[in-house]
Amino acid sequence: MSPPRSLVAAATVAIALCGALPASSRAQGAPAGSSPTVASPAPPAAFDYRLVPQQIAAGVYVLVGHLEDFSPQNGGNIVNTGFIVGTSGVIVIDTGPSKRYGEQLRAAIARVTPLPVVLTINTHHHPDHFLGNQAFPSETLAALPEVIAGIAAEGNAFNDNMYRLNGDWMRDTEVVVPRLTLTPGRLSIAGRDLEVLALGGHTAADLVLIDHASATVFASDLVFHERAPTTPHADLARWRTSLDTLGALQAKRWVPGHGKVSADTTPITETRAYLGWLSETIKRSAESGADMAEALTRPLPAEIRPWALAESEYRRSVIHLFPAAERTALAPASGTRP
Amino acid sequence: MPPPVSQMLAALMAVAAIAFPALGEAAAAPGDAATDLGAPPEVPTQSSPLTDPLDSPRWEDMRREFFGAAPVRFDARITVTAPVNAEDPLNVPVSVDASALPDVREVVVFADFNPIVKVLSFEPAGAAPRLGFRLKLQQSSPVRAAARTGDGVWHVGGSWVRTSGGGCTLPSVGSASPLWQQHLNEVSARLWPGGGYGDRLRLRIVHPMDTGLAAGIPAFHIEELAVSDRSGKPLMRIRAHEPVAENPVLTLDLNKGAADTGPLRITGRDNNGNRIDARVLP
Repeated sequence: MSPPRSLVAAATVAIALCGALPASSRAQGAPAGSSPTVASPAPPAAFDYRLVPQQIAAGVYVLVGHLEDFSPQNGGNIVNTGFIVGTSGVIVIDTGPSKRYGEQLRAAIARVTPLPVVLTINTHHHPDHFLGNQAFPSETLAALPEVIAGIAAEGNAFNDNMYRLNGDWMRDTEVVVPRLTLTPGRLSIAGRDLEVLALGGHTAADLVLIDHASATVFASDLVFHERAPTTPHADLARWRTSLDTLGALQAKRWVPGHGKVSADTTPITETRAYLGWLSETIKRSAESGADMAEALTRPLPAEIRPWALAESEYRRSVIHLFPAAERTALAPASGTRP
Repeated sequence: MPPPVSQMLAALMAVAAIAFPALGEAAAAPGDAATDLGAPPEVPTQSSPLTDPLDSPRWEDMRREFFGAAPVRFDARITVTAPVNAEDPLNVPVSVDASALPDVREVVVFADFNPIVKVLSFEPAGAAPRLGFRLKLQQSSPVRAAARTGDGVWHVGGSWVRTSGGGCTLPSVGSASPLWQQHLNEVSARLWPGGGYGDRLRLRIVHPMDTGLAAGIPAFHIEELAVSDRSGKPLMRIRAHEPVAENPVLTLDLNKGAADTGPLRITGRDNNGNRIDARVLP
């Protein structure tokens, strides 16, 4: 979907007026006033993610991924990334699942603006959110401290697995660990008034970015939209608390980590309800004496069934979360010290 | 491009036949693979009395190893419930159910492509021929259960589990931390009396269950486990092998009323002689 022409034109003109970059570096970019998606050079046919930035507010762009699991067909493009164009530079939110994706995202940004990337954020340590880092200037890569530690510790194992899942789309992809540490609070950069929230629950640390000028919230994988949430590193109670924080924000639009952009808090409410159901279901299964394999076969509630990947994500979640519920359900037996 | 696998196999067979005539004969029994390098090896339909529904090239090996000359049949009355994709190759949940078969004396569980094939076996003396547990998978493999009935026939069921692998050669979490040593062989358990399946017992034992396949970490695993009633009558005997997941969690369906006369006793030992001994109150 291409953005309304008037909005694009306004944004591009605004950037041109600011005169941030010399003309030479605009060679790859679109001429001011024209639609940036039309004037771009054709990307290579093979391993083309066909990334088309969708403008959701002045200077705010999102690239919405497929509502699928990783596959050699989608090359791992199952994730939302985004970027915000300021007066003197671009802020990137997540870099995608591969080097190729990162490069194509970089090219897509260049089709919108000639401004340099000044900050590249990895919202959390899951591979679809940071494996495009190679394509961005290393000095701009930034994340919360726990995210940096997570990428350093688990990045290579994730990367190996992504090669298995996505095939040759991953060629030459390597882990680049961000060096800049982000702290929660207001952040003025490239003329944009941003705010970093350090939340968690989907993983140990999930960064949410607010663009105050447009009242846009990049909610990371704390929010899924009509796509079942994933839980390999989840703390469901903490996640729900984070969603309460997000739901209380005064915002005009929400960018989930997976699924389409929303103008209201519906995906927050839905994600929260799903996590509540998941938590209760797993707890009740364990308390009723169910075996894990039995818990896997439980039918899903009607309101969740239409979501993308509902069945498979529920099963994955049982494997992630059932062991802890089970330990709570089983009491120490007497005479256990021979 | 590498040559087709069939040709490579045929070539290997030829080498094997020269170096080890006896081995070559046994391995290449059905065909002329050693002399005809161009043709794919024939499927040994003659020597296979039944067709493996899971279509695993390892089935004939499994049949020989586990059943020898005993009668074997694939049977829908024994089921293996497991996820199609193992999210965690160190913890693949499996539930075996042979309760649709009469007079089950013993059930053996194995995974064709695991480096250690045999997972566990159990004798349900006073329990339903059912068991829930978790196993480690090294690569995608059929996970099979075979039940021996009173007439000596083995009934085989199973399902494929796909995995990214590595489950058997990774060090256990326990091996990286001395904390477990203080809790080795501690049992947590709970009994759910009644219900549709008799008296359900679930138990968890703290044990690293090291396979011996991770560098520098010797095999260290529970070998024997028994659940008996107050009078000492065995209800379930389990022999566990290396592929059972770390800190084994087991689900048993004991005959109804098994725990009515008093506490159940869980006994066993690992391969280093450490004892397991715990009581479970209803």
